[in-house]
Amino acid sequence: MANTYTLIEAKTLTTTTASVTFSTIPATYTDLLLKISSRNNDIYNEIHFRFNGNTGNNYSGINVYGNGSSAISSSSSSISSLQNLTVQSVSTQTASTFGNVELYIPNYTSSNNKSISADGVQENNATSAQAMLGAGLWAQTNAITSIEAFPSIGSFVQYSTFYLYGISNS
Amino acid sequence: MAAGSTYTPIATNTVSGSSTSSITFNSFSGYTDIVIISNGTFNTGDNGYNLTFNSDTGTNYSTTYLYGDGSSAASVRASNANAISAARMNTSFGVGITHIMNYANSTTYKTVLSRGNSGALVNANVGLWRSTSAITSLTVACPAGISNFVAGTTFTLYGITAA
Repeated sequence: MANTYTLIEAKTLTTTTASVTFSTIPATYTDLLLKISSRNNDIYNEIHFRFNGNTGNNYSGINVYGNGSSAISSSSSSISSLQNLTVQSVSTQTASTFGNVELYIPNYTSSNNKSISADGVQENNATSAQAMLGAGLWAQTNAITSIEAFPSIGSFVQYSTFYLYGISNS
Repeated sequence: MAAGSTYTPIATNTVSGSSTSSITFNSFSGYTDIVIISNGTFNTGDNGYNLTFNSDTGTNYSTTYLYGDGSSAASVRASNANAISAARMNTSFGVGITHIMNYANSTTYKTVLSRGNSGALVNANVGLWRSTSAITSLTVACPAGISNFVAGTTFTLYGITAA
């Protein structure tokens, strides 16, 4: 069978790291899938994403979020990174717990604006944990050639992992 | 990456013109689960695309919705419907990921998990088709009040093999 689900690059952090970038994304796939297992050394659970180093106000998103006692939804527009779409574990949560995050980017080489599906969860056997579903948009028509992930404040801790896959539809 | 043998592209349909209101996939035997990846828009409106199986248009479907529109979160459901309401789409390019588990078995009803991301709403839907028939064809279609998918919209069907 065709090799449709291909690991482009894996990164496992060996030290606390402020930012992780995949900078050599080939244009040979149909979709991209980024899987993250991560924890912040600070109290903020957000992960921000940027494409192609673009820091313009070209990003927007909507989320729905639950923490075990309530569900809410919020949105953002015309901001300088994708944000508030996923959650990761943070420094105040149970030790050795890491959040799971998945970003799916279809047709990343198309000449349309890029839409992103994001899921994030962090469970830690405590009174509050969080799950977030996010919809993001990068309002640029360029093919995505690099992806940067970074916490809003703080850094990813050691043992956080980042796997980028390419998915081909033929 | 060795997972290539377990995640296989079956077919891609890219919409052209302005008259496509439904797309049917017919040939996808031999897998454990199937996944529909959608990327595109409706000509108007904001809704989930309809998903039906084996040309069954009876009231044999139900859907439970969890969604957020940027200001509030809610959950609703629909029973005895003519289709599952799957990933949300509107008039800006969005992405949908719809999983149909154990689709070929002939003993249980079929369950669907669908994530949608339109420009105005994010949703996670669970759908049920109350039939024990193996799914041999599936149709994605515009819901009532929406006439067509816009040119460039893509639907890709993947098969996942357990072993």
